[in-house]
Amino acid sequence: MIIELLLAFCLVGAVVVFVLPDEYAPMGALAASLFPLVTSLVMWFDFDGSGNAFLAGGDLAYETMVQWISLGPYAINWHVGVDGISMPLVVLATLLTTLAILTAWTPIDERRSQFYGLMLLLEAGLLGVFVALDFFAWLVFWEVVLVPMYMLIGVWGGPRRKYAAVKFFVYTNLATLVMFLGFMALVFGLGDSVSTLDMPAITQAIRAGELGSLAGVAPGTIKTVAFIAMFAGFAVKVPIVPVHTWLPDAHVEAPTPASVMLAGVLLKMGTYALLRFNFTMLPDVAAELAPFIALLAAVSVIYGAMLALAQQDLKRIVAYSSISSMGFVILGLIAYTEYGLGGATFQMISHGLLSGLLFACVGVIYNTTHTRMVGDMSGLADRMPVTTGMFVAGSFGYMGLPFMAGFMGEYFIFQGAFAADFAGSMVFTAVSMFGIVIVAGYFLYAMQRTLFGEYRLETDYQVGRAAVHDIVPLAVLVVFVIVLGTAPNIFFDMITDAVGPMLGGGL
Amino acid sequence: MAPLPDWATLAPTLLLALTALVLLVIDSISPHTKNRNLLAGTTLVGTLAALAAAAGLLVTGTGTDGGISIYGGQLIVDGMSLFFTVIFTSVAALVTLASYDYLAGETEQAEYYALVMLATTGMALMASAGSLAVVFVSFELLSLPSYALVAFMKDNRGSVEASLKYLLIGALSSSILLYGISLVYGVTGGLLFETVAENVQNSGLTGMLGIGVLMVLGGFAFKTASVPFHFWAPEAYEGAPGPISAFLSSASKAAGFVVAFRVFTMAFGLDIVSSVDWVLAFQVLAVVTMTLGNFAAATQDNVKRMLAYSSIGQAGYVLIGLAALGGGQNALVLGMSMTHLLVYGFMNTGAFLFIALAEHWEVGRTFEDYNGLGSQAPIACAAMSVFMLSLAGIPLGGGFLSKYFLFGAAVGAGFWWLAGIAIINSVLSLYYYLRVVRALWFEDANGERTIESYPLGLYTAVVAAAVVTVLLIPAFGFVSQPAVDAAAALF
Repeated sequence: MIIELLLAFCLVGAVVVFVLPDEYAPMGALAASLFPLVTSLVMWFDFDGSGNAFLAGGDLAYETMVQWISLGPYAINWHVGVDGISMPLVVLATLLTTLAILTAWTPIDERRSQFYGLMLLLEAGLLGVFVALDFFAWLVFWEVVLVPMYMLIGVWGGPRRKYAAVKFFVYTNLATLVMFLGFMALVFGLGDSVSTLDMPAITQAIRAGELGSLAGVAPGTIKTVAFIAMFAGFAVKVPIVPVHTWLPDAHVEAPTPASVMLAGVLLKMGTYALLRFNFTMLPDVAAELAPFIALLAAVSVIYGAMLALAQQDLKRIVAYSSISSMGFVILGLIAYTEYGLGGATFQMISHGLLSGLLFACVGVIYNTTHTRMVGDMSGLADRMPVTTGMFVAGSFGYMGLPFMAGFMGEYFIFQGAFAADFAGSMVFTAVSMFGIVIVAGYFLYAMQRTLFGEYRLETDYQVGRAAVHDIVPLAVLVVFVIVLGTAPNIFFDMITDAVGPMLGGGL
Repeated sequence: MAPLPDWATLAPTLLLALTALVLLVIDSISPHTKNRNLLAGTTLVGTLAALAAAAGLLVTGTGTDGGISIYGGQLIVDGMSLFFTVIFTSVAALVTLASYDYLAGETEQAEYYALVMLATTGMALMASAGSLAVVFVSFELLSLPSYALVAFMKDNRGSVEASLKYLLIGALSSSILLYGISLVYGVTGGLLFETVAENVQNSGLTGMLGIGVLMVLGGFAFKTASVPFHFWAPEAYEGAPGPISAFLSSASKAAGFVVAFRVFTMAFGLDIVSSVDWVLAFQVLAVVTMTLGNFAAATQDNVKRMLAYSSIGQAGYVLIGLAALGGGQNALVLGMSMTHLLVYGFMNTGAFLFIALAEHWEVGRTFEDYNGLGSQAPIACAAMSVFMLSLAGIPLGGGFLSKYFLFGAAVGAGFWWLAGIAIINSVLSLYYYLRVVRALWFEDANGERTIESYPLGLYTAVVAAAVVTVLLIPAFGFVSQPAVDAAAALF
């Protein structure tokens, strides 16, 4: 029941905070977010789940399965549980929510209780996506996530917030529809062999070859079409080039805490879903399409990095860098080796921490200087040494400096991708690795121009040290980045336990 | 304990009628009383008692296996009638709660509540109708109070004009329905559904029967505000007092559907579809209704009119319940239509009550007038956002589940094209529902506006409707199961 407790804490917290008076909202939200955080940490310390929850023989932790809706041929169960893939993401989501709530302290000065209420609702949706094992419950949470994010961008965002919010909503909602059609084709193709929308049961049935033909279409074609539809749907969320255009708009307009959640956790929904649906359910199609997917991954890495290189807005730089980092995740997934899959999952966590850290840093800088333009500032290190330190740490993490989380994730991915056995895997990996050089390029370039050198600022604001409550989330994130970089097995063993079984069949 | 007599299963209907009579007695003892607590309290107690009775009978399984037939089959109490009585009484309770503030200072409050109760009685009777005669009588028992209620603000020209339009189209539709009934009677020689069903198949007069069936269908299309008898709806909803718009668009519409479900499944049955293809008629009706309603809603500037047209669109989805019959999933499809009506009862009532609340605050009627309301009345606006997103099919409320299963059942029955059109419509509807959400939260208020009073009853009703809409997600299995069971009993 601990998972239900986790979700209930978020939902009840969201309602309570929503009705609190504005002046108590920040403290109330912080307190409310500590309940799920502590619960998730308790879950993590007690975690005992071996294998992949979706495959036969996988062992789930904290599993609940009760009958929810039963209608004629359809049965829907409330089925939740965590395995080694979802557990780290659950911890990531609860941790980042608490830290994002802290980063909201300064920039959010109006309609606070509504803001924090939505943050907690967002947390509930995200956690639900990572723990739900019935497709229906999963879809409910998947869609619920959209609403608070849409509101957070649309109400508290920058000047073009309405455009960005609507674009975000339309893109991701349409993507859901495409994905949904793909998944439903599989469910209908399975016919009578599966009478529920239970994702593990469906996965096992598909892998056992129970997919029949549907309206004269052969099972092989259904698989390919469904794979492509689901991939297209999830690709928007990741996002993969060329369906990435909503991301920079959403990020630039979103308020800092929403950016932290968006880059830190929301993008992981896409890669998590790709792992759970495309790569777990249809590994043979993934193997067939591997060169194309690897190509998309490599393009995302290089193109995303090039776009970041061309930006003048610090937040945009960080936003585009997400595209290349998530490209690495796709590369790890398509490698389909233990290191590749494990590294991809690990990279989800490390990118969550690092992008959260960098967005929070940019937020602090913006709160103080009221500009995000690289050309407007210089030499901030003199006036804001601690923030500068955090920003440098985050950038180094992104660049893959050893003993930081980013290094471990990327190392595992490249190790795995080199060993992959699809055509041209080495070329794609080598090209993607070059992305790191560009990443280093634009981060060094940005840091050099904004943080170091002569102090100069083209605004009238007095620049001084950031407040303690602004620094705390940054410091916590840096600590986590370094801990994960030096002791990756905190999560990595758990992750490999869950991704290992995927390699047992299919490829 | 001795078993209850059969007529005791009519308790919900009787309680509603009794409440109406008590209100009239109160009015004759103390004419023109403005004692809102007494009047609204009596009505609320009566409605909730009826709700409890209906829910209790439903949960204890009364009327399973074919239903209890009373007065020689004139009335039938079964799962479907009880299920719909739950919808009617829930909506009536919300409307009563909301009217408490709306009627402050009015002199004819007792009449108002009595009319609401009489109309609800009519709905409950419609749900239990076992013969075409009862259908017509209860139809009128619902319609006549509705005309009066729309014109309740009798000093308001718009209100009176809306009522007149409603009355004229209503009278026309009633006569069409009655003429249809008489044709059916002429062919089958009976008014009881059983008799009609027995004689309907082998009658030589297929043409006349077909015209009769179509005319009966027209009568229901009027009550459910389906195309082509939908013209009254936007006018009447706009002109009526806020709570009455909610009442008409939710409960009265559901009443139209329940009687259509019953007449077409019990009296005409699927066996005559080879000669009189009413399923095809419903398919056309469903597609045209949902498409026209949604397109018209998308072009409105007035929020109340937008909601009125969108409720026409929603009626189109519910029609799938009859349009997708014959595909081997009859009970599921019909049951899902019923469940959607229940969820719709809460979310749509809530949305109209929110508009009543906005009218109370004198906010104005266009989307622009709603700008920035979210920062001034966050809780009510959060509730409204829940209604809008739930109506659009985003899982913040039960509307997502009921639509998902309704469309899914249509696909399962082989009517994938019908579900496809419905999904496209549903995506389109997101546009105008989100417009309200955007106006409430994203835009800045234009001009000064201060919200001073929070009308207790109206506020409670809006929040209660939102809470139920959200809770219908986890409780969906609990409400959909009786609906499917009730629908299964019809076939």
